[in-house]
Amino acid sequence: MYGGGNTFEGIKTDGLALEDPVKLAEFEARIARGEKIEPTDWMPQLYRKQLIRMIEQHAHSEIIGALPEGTWITRAPGFKRKMSLMAKVQDEVGHAQLLYSAAETLGKSREQMIDDLINGKSKYSNIFNYPTFTWADCCFISWLVDAGAIVNQLANAKGSYGPYCRALDRICAEESFHLKYGHHCVIYLASGTATQRQMFQEALNRWWPPMMHFFGPSDKISAHTEVLMRWKVKMGTNDEMRNQFLDMYVPKIWELGFTIPDPNLKKNESGKWEYTEPDWEEFKRVINGDGPCNKERLEVRRVAEARGKWVREALKTPKTEYVTPLA
Amino acid sequence: MNNLALKELLYKLADDQLILGHRNSEWTGFGPILEEDIAFSSMAQDKIGQSLALYTLLQSLGESDPDTVAFTRNASQFHNCILVELPNQEYDFSLIRHFLFDTAEALRFEALTNSSYEPLSQLARKIRGELRYHTLHANTWIKQLGSATEESITRLQKSLDIALPYALGIFELSSLEKELIDQKIFIGENALKEKWIAKIESVLSQTQLRLPDWKTVTPVYGGREGKHSEHLQPLLDEMSEVFRIDPGAEW
Repeated sequence: MYGGGNTFEGIKTDGLALEDPVKLAEFEARIARGEKIEPTDWMPQLYRKQLIRMIEQHAHSEIIGALPEGTWITRAPGFKRKMSLMAKVQDEVGHAQLLYSAAETLGKSREQMIDDLINGKSKYSNIFNYPTFTWADCCFISWLVDAGAIVNQLANAKGSYGPYCRALDRICAEESFHLKYGHHCVIYLASGTATQRQMFQEALNRWWPPMMHFFGPSDKISAHTEVLMRWKVKMGTNDEMRNQFLDMYVPKIWELGFTIPDPNLKKNESGKWEYTEPDWEEFKRVINGDGPCNKERLEVRRVAEARGKWVREALKTPKTEYVTPLA
Repeated sequence: MNNLALKELLYKLADDQLILGHRNSEWTGFGPILEEDIAFSSMAQDKIGQSLALYTLLQSLGESDPDTVAFTRNASQFHNCILVELPNQEYDFSLIRHFLFDTAEALRFEALTNSSYEPLSQLARKIRGELRYHTLHANTWIKQLGSATEESITRLQKSLDIALPYALGIFELSSLEKELIDQKIFIGENALKEKWIAKIESVLSQTQLRLPDWKTVTPVYGGREGKHSEHLQPLLDEMSEVFRIDPGAEW
């Protein structure tokens, strides 16, 4: 799964003036023709930097995202759910592995990326800084957070960087199973006992604001991204992605008889969704480290890394050298 | 065919898989490297799937359905060996346990492919194939970490010394052992233990790890009779936390 975060910060385009204009023009022409950029091809520094940032943050989102759901593997009710959830969370960790490899093709090692995650230099999807109190929270993530991720990822899979697009194609195929699994879990809660229905309604109330944040700040206030759109690094605006998600999933949530906690939510005559503006101050606060679970999530990662250090050391041989993979 | 002996055997096998599968799944998100996270998750999925298949065999012999059996019994009703219920601790202990247990499992299901109880021999053929990957994984890592750095060797040795008495507990004898052997349902724990010792020695001889004199290792028994460590009941409470909200509900 994936929650953006990568392009929410502003970018500096000053360095572009220092790029070779002929190579830059050819690069842009290739992208305009729909060609993919491969690891050994020429690319502007800003493109490389943005892609590393984006793919790295996507990878971090996968391993951090494994935590709020992973904690329910040991509590999943019954064999069917237990086995599916294990496989689903394993997929997410596998996505991280795939994405770190894709980012490594741009010249940053997995170790450096994980160090930057732990020391707070590199972000991950904001939504995983919220807690999963009940089984229904876990079901919300499997269905709707994964649904949001698919909206983002299907768009990004049409981007310009070859290794990332190929990774996303594989990831989307797996995510579509997660979505089916999550939807199935929620259908059972919706058609189950009063306690089960209430569990999901409460989860929906808790998760709706972070879900609206998931696609990033409103276009009215979000960072300038024209060059990233031209280079097919960013494939749609935050509001476009949010609208697409609402269009696909609000009717499905309503169909199950649940109430979305936003009285202003409705589709207007032009087909766009209207909603109460999410609290972007909270979004900023949480993405900058002050959310309910930021410290816990990073601490888990830090402890796992520290405890695994001797294992990684023992895998090295004196001849081990770092090799950049070519996807 | 003696159903009591057969059921006891199946419960023992199923409970072992379920509990170790549960422990393996606790590594999700915490592995020393991503690849190990994924590997332990795969083995967890295999083991939980194997336990489900074994509980399903038990259901065909008149026991309750797998969800009820797995999610509503108390610790004293479980027949797993104590080795599998011990907390994961650090990776060295989890790896050593995985090596000791899965070596026994691979030999056990190999033997069970010849069981006179046809449904079990059929299932054993499937499980045997899955376990090949588990032992391949365990042996590869034991050989690498058991001969790499001073720290990795010291850690593995320490965990091996701690785990061995519990590992011998895998082979705790049942009072119905003789019937299983006479009816050719299973070769029996003693025969299995002999094969296991030979296999363990052969792999460890390729590392810098040392086995003690077997005579000095006192087995920890009790698990097969429902006498467990203090670690099993909390594991079961966690496992059934959601299920028990409403055991009649469908989730």
